[in-house]
Amino acid sequence: MAEEPKPPAAAGHAEPAKPKPAAADAAGHPWVASIRAALPDAVVAAKEFAGQITVTVAREQIAAVARHLKEKEDFGYCVDVTAVDWKKREPRFDVVYHFYSFSKNDRIRVKCGAAEGEAVPSIANVYLAANWSERETWDMFGIRFSGHPDLRRILTWEGFHGHPLRKDFPLEGIDTGAAIYPEEWPEGGGPSPTDPNRKVVS
Amino acid sequence: MSDEKISQAERDEAAHFASRAAAAGVARPLAGKGDTPASSSAEPPTLFDVQEMELNFGPQHPSTHGVLRIVLKVDGEKILQAIPDVGYLHRGTEKLFETETYPMGIPHTDRMDYVAAATNNHAFCLAVEKLLDVEVPRRAQLIRVILDELQRLSSHLVWLGTSGIDLGAVTPFWYAFREREQILDFFEEYCGARLTLNCMRIGGLPFDLTTGWIERLFEFVDDLPARIDDYEQLLTDNRIWKKRTVGIGVLTAAECIEWGLTGPIIRASGVEWDLRRAQPYECYDELDFVVPVRQNGDTYDRYVVRVQEMRQSVRIIRQCLERIEAGDIRGKVPRVIKPPAEEIYASVESPKGELGFYCVSNGTNRPYRMHCRPPSFINLQALPKLAKGHLISDLVALIGTIDIVLGEVDR
Repeated sequence: MAEEPKPPAAAGHAEPAKPKPAAADAAGHPWVASIRAALPDAVVAAKEFAGQITVTVAREQIAAVARHLKEKEDFGYCVDVTAVDWKKREPRFDVVYHFYSFSKNDRIRVKCGAAEGEAVPSIANVYLAANWSERETWDMFGIRFSGHPDLRRILTWEGFHGHPLRKDFPLEGIDTGAAIYPEEWPEGGGPSPTDPNRKVVS
Repeated sequence: MSDEKISQAERDEAAHFASRAAAAGVARPLAGKGDTPASSSAEPPTLFDVQEMELNFGPQHPSTHGVLRIVLKVDGEKILQAIPDVGYLHRGTEKLFETETYPMGIPHTDRMDYVAAATNNHAFCLAVEKLLDVEVPRRAQLIRVILDELQRLSSHLVWLGTSGIDLGAVTPFWYAFREREQILDFFEEYCGARLTLNCMRIGGLPFDLTTGWIERLFEFVDDLPARIDDYEQLLTDNRIWKKRTVGIGVLTAAECIEWGLTGPIIRASGVEWDLRRAQPYECYDELDFVVPVRQNGDTYDRYVVRVQEMRQSVRIIRQCLERIEAGDIRGKVPRVIKPPAEEIYASVESPKGELGFYCVSNGTNRPYRMHCRPPSFINLQALPKLAKGHLISDLVALIGTIDIVLGEVDR
């Protein structure tokens, strides 16, 4: 996988009897083929690990892919929406969706990349369940979802500056007085670069 | 002369009410009788026709089961709109996971759904085990299932007691908490903790069972069905209970799926979906139990489903106790846990619904990203839809029926 920042570290305990679990290419999987047939330029990559299918799609196409999966492939239940901050990678974020199909009794994971400041098409109009999860992702990572009916912060309060789950947000938090000094704590910018307490974790 | 006097008195009265209305935040121009002739052509607005009022419900209200604030737009007693405001208990658990090793993350999961810590531990461990491809020994699997089901019983007992008390049924609370105490005693004997259990490890369990634990648990589960009968006697055919719950907060199966609702909520709406049955983990596939389903999807049916689930949990525990055999309690797990740089999603059926962990590893001993899919958070989303059109007193029943734990909503 190209987007992983590091190759897997070799474990100290070598067990030759059991092969290490590894990801396999899943481009030929019927669900991936179905997406590719309906939306030819959507699929970027597909892999399978531990029986779980991960499809990486183009950011602009994510709502269309979600709609296709819901209506044509019967993935009726949106389990979860979240994101991963890769910090140094370009694009910086992965927005990760999990869908479940009751008829197939299986899940699919759909991912799309999003650079800093880029808006991802909202799927809250496709799956009502994604509404709060997208709000949480916006709150925690500062990824905007275009077309979301009510994109407000949800776990932190309105007026909070910074997005806590970004890798450059300090673990000990920021001075919550920050909200009243927008010139020092710009919206969406994480902790102030001049902050002496700023500590970058991981 | 006298006319003028009356109108003066009326004007004073109108001014008095105007000041009161202004103090109450009602922005409405007041036109007293015979006050301004300019507005006489328009329909004279009456003083108390204010239709809509904003009401803050919580965050310190006892029936919100924690710190949940709901902004209500009400017309008298009727709810026009309910907007939940969550996050008062946000502690950044997912951030903490990233800074600590995999085993160090397990105690943090206790603090999410703090009335069902065992299932949280289980979901976390399951995700890492899948990533590592570790086999859990059979004895550990059985004990895990026993702990899970005891936790389900205790969580449902808390739910039964508190949501009963919300609707004025005080007696079941004492009965339910009596049995819950006994379950917590079992936990205490097993792992030393009563609520924040930290009772599972990656690849197995931290401790083996103490002497006599199995025998005492046998006695307890033999006793429990009769006690569940007692709760049912107090509530199931109780006229007041039925009046407060039947037909309140109806959800269809399609709505449940659309909103991502899981657990007893979706099963009360006629969808036979339980992760223990749909995607069995540990040894659930060899156990004989029924997934209780009801069709009406109202608050009463959700109550019935939860009570029936308690009976099924008793069955499951008994089967596990019968099958338990000597053996290892931990699988072959390396001393330093460094999963391959991959991603995984694993979920269990927690008492509230589907509890999942999405774990991204970068090959080091700390998770690069650990995300929890909390059932309470997703289920709470449906509250505005459920509450619309009901009375404020029904809102209490509806919060109870979703069975939220704010520690998990806010994480």
